[in-house]
Amino acid sequence: MIEFQNITKIFPTHSIPTLALDNISFEVKPKEFVSIVGKSGAGKSTLLKIILAEERPTQGKIIFSGQDLSKVKPGNLPQFRRKIGAVFQDYKLFPSKTTYENIAYIMEVIGATDEEIARDVNQVLEIVGLENKAQNFPNELSAGERQRAAIARALIHRPDVILADEPTGNLDPYNTLDIMRLFQKIHNLGATIILATHNKEIINSLGKRVITLEGGRIIRDEEKGRFVL
Amino acid sequence: MLTSIKRIFKSGWLNFSRDGSLSIATCFVMIMAISLATSIFFLKDISKFLISTIQEKADISVYFNNTALEEDILNIKEELSKIPEVENISYISKEEVLDEFNQRHKDDSILMESLEEVGGNPFLATLNIRAFTASQYQAVASFFEDPAFEGLIEKVDYYQRKPVIDKIFSLTSEAKKTGIVLAIILAVISALVVFNTIRLAIFNQKEEIEVQRLVGASNWFIRGPFLIQGAISGILATLICFLIVALSCWFFSPKIEFLFPGLNIWNFFTSSFWVIVLIQLAIGIGLGVISSILAVRKYLKI
Repeated sequence: MIEFQNITKIFPTHSIPTLALDNISFEVKPKEFVSIVGKSGAGKSTLLKIILAEERPTQGKIIFSGQDLSKVKPGNLPQFRRKIGAVFQDYKLFPSKTTYENIAYIMEVIGATDEEIARDVNQVLEIVGLENKAQNFPNELSAGERQRAAIARALIHRPDVILADEPTGNLDPYNTLDIMRLFQKIHNLGATIILATHNKEIINSLGKRVITLEGGRIIRDEEKGRFVL
Repeated sequence: MLTSIKRIFKSGWLNFSRDGSLSIATCFVMIMAISLATSIFFLKDISKFLISTIQEKADISVYFNNTALEEDILNIKEELSKIPEVENISYISKEEVLDEFNQRHKDDSILMESLEEVGGNPFLATLNIRAFTASQYQAVASFFEDPAFEGLIEKVDYYQRKPVIDKIFSLTSEAKKTGIVLAIILAVISALVVFNTIRLAIFNQKEEIEVQRLVGASNWFIRGPFLIQGAISGILATLICFLIVALSCWFFSPKIEFLFPGLNIWNFFTSSFWVIVLIQLAIGIGLGVISSILAVRKYLKI
């Protein structure tokens, strides 16, 4: 479904260019739950940004559902990105929109009707347990609630894949567990999930595929992996 | 398509109403810019009026001998009016000059006694001639240098008045130029201030725009609400500004007319009503929309 072929990413800086990813190749199959682990600066976030076409690789090819991402024209990027749901460590909710509007925004973007939006948003709010917070603005929600709203926003339009970059980075252990349960629930419903994290307990409790990055290279790729650094 | 447009409008309105103080600040800056543009529009016509009032005071007079017949003078007037440089000629007969003198000085016993002493009508028939520009008076004056007029003309006062005429015309043309330059500078400054206010307001939403791009919103779906927000600010600013201008014209009109007789800005306002509405709307909406487009563009590159 997603294929990394010899991807290298170098960030030009004022002094020495930074090598973020070094000749990385791997494949994510449909309905897989893949965790990307590694220390800060190992290249986890860069990897996810490349899938989202937020960053372009310096070298190599990435194939998404048979489509070469380097050949997607800037004008077609929105269409491509609608196939992906993204969850960020800092939630990135729209501060001037209510929880309901934040989630509905994606449906509006893809051109859903008002009836579809009302039906699906309420359903997703129920899945993430925020049905009572629909009319609250993000600054009126707790950290855990914000992340649940962000996850609801990422999955509302049934994307092919959900990318989560350190989704529990700002959460306490209780909320972390809560969010991880949510991800497992979504995965069981049939979604492909790519999760970047450096939370050892999460990885060890999942028992799913783990790709370990170090210094921009893959040092381990195990089907039922554990957090080993 | 229609649903998207509806959503863009709704979102623009929601952003405007939820931004509160930022929207008010933008409106306020826009009111300044629109007021400035409106006052430039007013000043353009007021200065035209004042300049033409001053220029009307510049003319030359040709005094005819006592022996000159009215018929001859009218013939000369007829010929003069064929010269393209001449804007206006008025003929004042000896009798009219005397009447006017009597009228003006009827309470001045010394002058009236002197006039009686002189006896008869000592005044001369006159042609007052006005040209379009100062340089054209020379052409009019040289018309009278024709020897054919020698027995008829007592005096052409062009040469005594020349310095004053030149001064009036050079001053008014300077005033026109300064006005235009000043108007352009002020207009540019106010446009920049509006642009920067909107740019800062949108800078606040930089991350939001980037996230919108990342979740797959098209550029128009992102840009649209900002344009609507800019347009709403523009329309609101126009409304407020229009009320301010209307009230000021109504209130100050009598006072200004007292200072400059013949200059009625309320009449000017009512006669140019639609032009003013259009100028204000065009500037308000134009500035709001163009500034928003330019400011958002930068963040859509993700």
